[in-house]
Amino acid sequence: MGLGAYVAVSAALFVLGLIAILVRRNVIYILMGIEMILNAANLNFVAFNRFGSMKLDGQMFAIFVIILAAAEAAVALAIVLNVFYLFDSIKPGEADLLRE
Amino acid sequence: MKEAALQRIFYGALGVLALAACGVGLASAGASGAAFALFAALTLGGGVMCIWERSVVRSAFALMATFTGIAGLFVLLEADFLAMAQILIYVGGILALILFAVMLTPPDLGERKLSRILAGTVCVGAAALFLGLQVAHTANWFVRGAPLDGRAAGEFGSAERIGVGFLGVNEYVVAFELAAVVLTVALVAAVYIARRRKTDLEPEAGEEAR
Repeated sequence: MGLGAYVAVSAALFVLGLIAILVRRNVIYILMGIEMILNAANLNFVAFNRFGSMKLDGQMFAIFVIILAAAEAAVALAIVLNVFYLFDSIKPGEADLLRE
Repeated sequence: MKEAALQRIFYGALGVLALAACGVGLASAGASGAAFALFAALTLGGGVMCIWERSVVRSAFALMATFTGIAGLFVLLEADFLAMAQILIYVGGILALILFAVMLTPPDLGERKLSRILAGTVCVGAAALFLGLQVAHTANWFVRGAPLDGRAAGEFGSAERIGVGFLGVNEYVVAFELAAVVLTVALVAAVYIARRRKTDLEPEAGEEAR
């Protein structure tokens, strides 16, 4: 399988993540969509690392993306819990304290 | 009744598509092609299921298929350590975190809005297709014919090589330390944000005390 196949899968996964963010109005779905998008980026990094002439840079980038995704998930879920305590809802449209 | 029929049609179509992808892969590139098609189908099928399912718990478990498929693709790309880290961190860690959040928040079982899913899919898909065709038309990636030049195939993405990359002189040691600091700060911050304060539990008492 060549580079093109991996890039195509990565692009499709990116689009799926985007759709998950745009179509489902729920904070948890937005988080899942972000995870999908990060995974698509990771797949691209590793595929270009494998087929390109890099040393190990692509895989290192992918590892740091995974690390940051873990940190992001922890912080984002803490924020989701707080938003739920505050607004009794996890729909992003209903968190509107600053609108007043 | 209608819901069940819809589910059956959706999963039937998904299964048929996955089987067809595996068949095409097997016919075009042999065993490696079939493996690639299997993992790609797992990845994309999981993503589609995540969008489709009404229940957040089911979506989270569909995401597990996506992460596992990505790990399989990493193995095919000879990134063994990354595949292992993907399963450990994503499937074991991030998915568990997402499930925690799902369990701690109320269920959101709205009616499935097919029109909305279709509209979003068509809009985003058309835009992505347009951009993708543009990129595929113009991009010129410098890709070598023989990828693993002079390296033994097994050691390229192995844990040993990655470890040397992390801690070796003149490699990624600064980024490694930085990642450690970022993780510590982020996790301490997450604990601080997520903890329930006493005033949250008894708002009236908290107001009086102030």
